[in-house]
Amino acid sequence: MTSLVADTRTVFSRELRPLRYDPFTIIISMVQPLVFLALFAPLLPGDKSEALRWFVPGIIVMSCLFASSMTGSNLLFEIQTGSHERMLVTPLRRPALLIGRALKEIVPMVAQAALIVVVCLPFGYRLSVGGALLGLVILAGFSIGLGALSYALALAAKHQEWMFWVVQQTLLFPILLLAGVLLPLDGGPGWLRTLASFNPLRYVVDAERALFTGDIWQSTTVTGLVAAAAVGAFGLFVGVRAMNRST
Amino acid sequence: MKPSVGHMIETRGLTKHFKDVRAVDGIDLTVARGELVALLGPNGAGKSTTLRMLTTLIPPTAGTATVAGFDVVRRQREVRQRIGYIGQGNGAGHSQRGRDELISQGRAYGMGVRPARARAAELIESLGLGEVADRKVATLSGGQRRRLDIAMGLIHAPELLFLDEPSTGLDPQNRANLQEHILRLRAEHGTTIVLTTHYLDEADSMAERVIVVDHGRVIADDSPARLKAEHVGDTILLGFDSEQETTAAAATLSGRDSHPYGKELRIRTQGGPRQVPGLLEDLRSAGLPAASVEVIRPTLDDVFLTLTGRSLREGGANADRQPAVELVEV
Ligand SMILES: Nc1ncnc2c1ncn2[C@@H]1O[C@H](COP(=O)(O)OP(=O)(O)O)[C@@H](O)[C@H]1O
Ligand SMILES: [Mg+2]
Repeated sequence: MTSLVADTRTVFSRELRPLRYDPFTIIISMVQPLVFLALFAPLLPGDKSEALRWFVPGIIVMSCLFASSMTGSNLLFEIQTGSHERMLVTPLRRPALLIGRALKEIVPMVAQAALIVVVCLPFGYRLSVGGALLGLVILAGFSIGLGALSYALALAAKHQEWMFWVVQQTLLFPILLLAGVLLPLDGGPGWLRTLASFNPLRYVVDAERALFTGDIWQSTTVTGLVAAAAVGAFGLFVGVRAMNRST
Repeated sequence: MKPSVGHMIETRGLTKHFKDVRAVDGIDLTVARGELVALLGPNGAGKSTTLRMLTTLIPPTAGTATVAGFDVVRRQREVRQRIGYIGQGNGAGHSQRGRDELISQGRAYGMGVRPARARAAELIESLGLGEVADRKVATLSGGQRRRLDIAMGLIHAPELLFLDEPSTGLDPQNRANLQEHILRLRAEHGTTIVLTTHYLDEADSMAERVIVVDHGRVIADDSPARLKAEHVGDTILLGFDSEQETTAAAATLSGRDSHPYGKELRIRTQGGPRQVPGLLEDLRSAGLPAASVEVIRPTLDDVFLTLTGRSLREGGANADRQPAVELVEV
């Protein structure tokens, strides 16, 4: 019998494998946020290196958010063809199916994060490598949870695929905006900040900003970790349940 | 963790309701080790739903099922480890390569990288997938994909194999090949095989036990030969030169279930071919030599028709009918 780690690796490497034959899609997805950064960063007021310190972690979080929320989209097709069913009959642990697929979406994002950082270095951007690594761990926890929710959404919407896109798109932007990823929340009205305080991504973003700068021993690190772990656990719970109940 | 000895599959009152649809409505089934069983029934009879419960994909609404010695609800992992399942769809991802899928399937069953690789190569060879195994699955033909599905189901050499409509959508040549593979698998490894089909000839020629399913229930369960003999029987058609001779022959054979139709005499009987020589002899000695003889053997469709009043061929079950007639030259 296999372990959860081995099962996750099996699912993850299966998912990643087609990219090996088709690296072009990875390159495209890597360039996207660079374009975004190039067009958005000049609009940020004040000192550029200061602005980047605020903005780079945000871009990285945004990429992971987008990528992991797409976890279910590849699944939709595999549900139709029968390859998802085939995998459900194997003894693969159910959480491994969720984690493996979510990781496949976000691992390319880690490479992308590195690229963004390198591109920003000439503009005076500096980061703490240790802090950033811890930040990525937190981000991975959040993304696994979101990926699992996306997976559950695909199972729920398997007979009407448009539902998947409607729900995914409807939720994505509020989550993004209410986390202060693109614009600071500080200047917003009270009701908006109250709403944001219920958004776990908000705590993740705050933690990332502090960690990338090297402020590891902060309360934001703890709240970020807790928020990410909560989303991760909740997502896996919902995802496994959806798999077991799906007819 | 030892599986309980005994039957490979045992169900009691196995039931699945989808809202108000009684897809499977109380099935009691016992399959012994090494059996090859076909579930035969029209579309919507509940064949796939039964298989999906036996393979842990969906929980039963009621009833119990033990597969390879383990309960399908409480011991899912143990069941999954021991069975192979080839579903109605295609198991390989379209953007994947066949060989890669085989290897990751092996890994999913806990095989090491090397053994999985070697086993994949072996199956690619034996299923004739050598030329296409390293191509994108999306570019394979229907027959090639189906063989890849079979290979994936066999990667861990399961003791019990489920196949849901394995040959649907294949041309006759590919279908024959596939059936041959399945039979060879059984002969070589003694694998227990449960397949579903709505092709009558497939159930007839492959399985030594056919379980006829309709509206979620088992309505008959026996060997094809016994099903036909018990529920339908043979018809012997004797041709004569005149209607008078036919009537006279009917009178001579008065102990039999015979009906004259013009110059033809229809006799309903069991074991038709064995009766023909004696019958002809009797008629000849009565001075009524038959001009022609046909033995019409029933098909499983006739069995289904007798049992349900409906034909399996209706409703999209477009199996091509094998002529079920044996001509005997006189
Ligand atoms: N997931 C499902 N949800 C609702 N109804 C279903 C589902 N699967 C099967 N059914 C219904 O259950 C019945 C049996 O279906 P199925 O087991 O697929 O039959 P078969 O495989 O013999 O063609 C059909 O009426 C079908 O519409
Ligand atoms: Mg079916």
